[in-house]
Amino acid sequence: MTSFLRHALVRRVGGALLTLVGVAIAVFIMLRAIPGDQVTAQFGTEAAALTAEQRAALESYYGLDQPLIVQFFTWIGSVLTGNLGFSARSQQSVLDMTLAALPVTLELAVLSIVLAFVIGVPLGMLAASRPNALRDWVSQGVGLAGLGVPAFLLATTLLAIAASEFGFNPNGRGYAPLHVDPLLNLQQMLLPALVLGFGIAAPIMRTTRTAVLEVRSLDFVRTARAKGVPPRRLQVHHILRNALVPIVTISGLQFGYLLGGAVVVEQIFSLPGIGRQVLLGINQKEYAVVQSTVLVIALLFVIVNLLTDLLYRRIDPRVRAE
Amino acid sequence: MTENASIANAAPTKIGRGVPLRGLLRSPSGMAGLVITGILAIVAICSLLGWMPADPAAQDPTSRLQPPGAANWFGTDQFGRDIFSRTASGVANSALIAVIAVGVAMTVGTIGGVVAGFVRGVPDTLIGGVGNVLFAFPPLLLALTLASVFTRNWFTVAIAIAVVYTPIFVRVTRGPVLTLREIDYVTAARATGMGAASIMLRHVLPNITGIIIVQVTLSLSWAVLTEAALSFRGLGTPPPAASLGSMIFDARTLVTVAPWTLLAPGAVLILLVVGLNLLGDGLRDALDPSRKGRR
Repeated sequence: MTSFLRHALVRRVGGALLTLVGVAIAVFIMLRAIPGDQVTAQFGTEAAALTAEQRAALESYYGLDQPLIVQFFTWIGSVLTGNLGFSARSQQSVLDMTLAALPVTLELAVLSIVLAFVIGVPLGMLAASRPNALRDWVSQGVGLAGLGVPAFLLATTLLAIAASEFGFNPNGRGYAPLHVDPLLNLQQMLLPALVLGFGIAAPIMRTTRTAVLEVRSLDFVRTARAKGVPPRRLQVHHILRNALVPIVTISGLQFGYLLGGAVVVEQIFSLPGIGRQVLLGINQKEYAVVQSTVLVIALLFVIVNLLTDLLYRRIDPRVRAE
Repeated sequence: MTENASIANAAPTKIGRGVPLRGLLRSPSGMAGLVITGILAIVAICSLLGWMPADPAAQDPTSRLQPPGAANWFGTDQFGRDIFSRTASGVANSALIAVIAVGVAMTVGTIGGVVAGFVRGVPDTLIGGVGNVLFAFPPLLLALTLASVFTRNWFTVAIAIAVVYTPIFVRVTRGPVLTLREIDYVTAARATGMGAASIMLRHVLPNITGIIIVQVTLSLSWAVLTEAALSFRGLGTPPPAASLGSMIFDARTLVTVAPWTLLAPGAVLILLVVGLNLLGDGLRDALDPSRKGRR
């Protein structure tokens, strides 16, 4: 690793850290902007019945009487030491809840991105193999459907049809973790992963098509063809390999979205993932849960983006030189 | 999530001034997009003017869950409301929120992008930093959290969506401005003593209108999807107003007994999003001939 490269890496990681500080500030401000504070949130309408002294005592207990800047650093300090807060409703620490929810979301995200890759990349290559021919239009149509059909609509419809027509409703039986009942777990993951994978296949397909078309017109491909490289080897080793950078970038971005963006799909299929944790927190006005979970999701998102960046530096030496 | 799928590869790069209508009409996808969005826009306007077969909110307990027919073109829902009128009103409501959201995002984002790209220095770093922070949230999650923070009304829903899409406008406009500021006529304008603000308005902005128009069209389709997802979660268009998202949510338990309750809002939502996407793609191809057929 040259010193130049190390410098670029340090700058990239430093930038990511700065962004995270900004994210923490943004989350903090966002949740402080909510009308009503933690006391009101906890006591609901009964908060009005509190005497001034009781309220002051509670506010001091929650640290709400401290200046905002002190509150912020108190929160950040506890987050950094692993204390993400406590959910009064589920009588659990947010850290425990998050650690339980994270594997569910990660598994769903990995399955979805694999499905999307398996659908999107071949479809994109097929479309690019003869632009503006029938196969191109069909692949593009599938891509357009992936963009246009909202995940929640597809999820709702699939769930209803599978349950009523085929009696297939594994998600109605309570979540089974992968290590407890792998078979049931995979059945439960099937439909949500299909829904998410289908949606993500669209941008992957489009990116693959554009990238393959671009690489295919380059000189080295003509040279390879001229010296008699078999077509399949040409497709995979020469064209696809060089088209991978944008494909990996978009997949990484999509994977990041999945970690926090599968909110609605997790909810529909009753998967106890991290997105559902945020939604429950929002619905039950448990802002301590929302605050820390959103921060964790943003952290994951930034890390995934950073890894994507490093990954395509590995794939394509030219990016390294830039 | 998938709603914002093509953000990364949507950014057009080499686009000039204005809207080349002729080019748009010549591309099949652009034409299809124009027709679909045009029809839906007419339906939405009719709904806003009240030219509908029934009042979208009027309940009729005697005709609940009626299948589509002459009396109710798309059937009725569980309260006996006319689904055609409700769907039309849902399109109008979703479109309204999407237009406000994208309007705000475009204005703020373009100003930010132009200033960042043209002035460079501290404003550029600051605007870029804020953009990075907003990009660190998955879009739907950000919209959901914001929508839950505000007291819910039309405007706050639109603002929650706008916040998500503003940094995209910053990113899309900043790049071309970086190139534009080095172009001779900009240097010439600066040499004649023209102020930075007027150069940005007279020489920079007109040259990125193409990019902005394409981005607006594509963002509208994402905003419609985001609004629908928010409404599906009960955080979008405030009830009792009709919304495609909440209609789909209500229909989810009825779909086996009355599939039309899901079919109409679902199909119209897909049409709206696909139409806007096609229109955006067509505009992009028309504005940048080098991309034609490649997308």
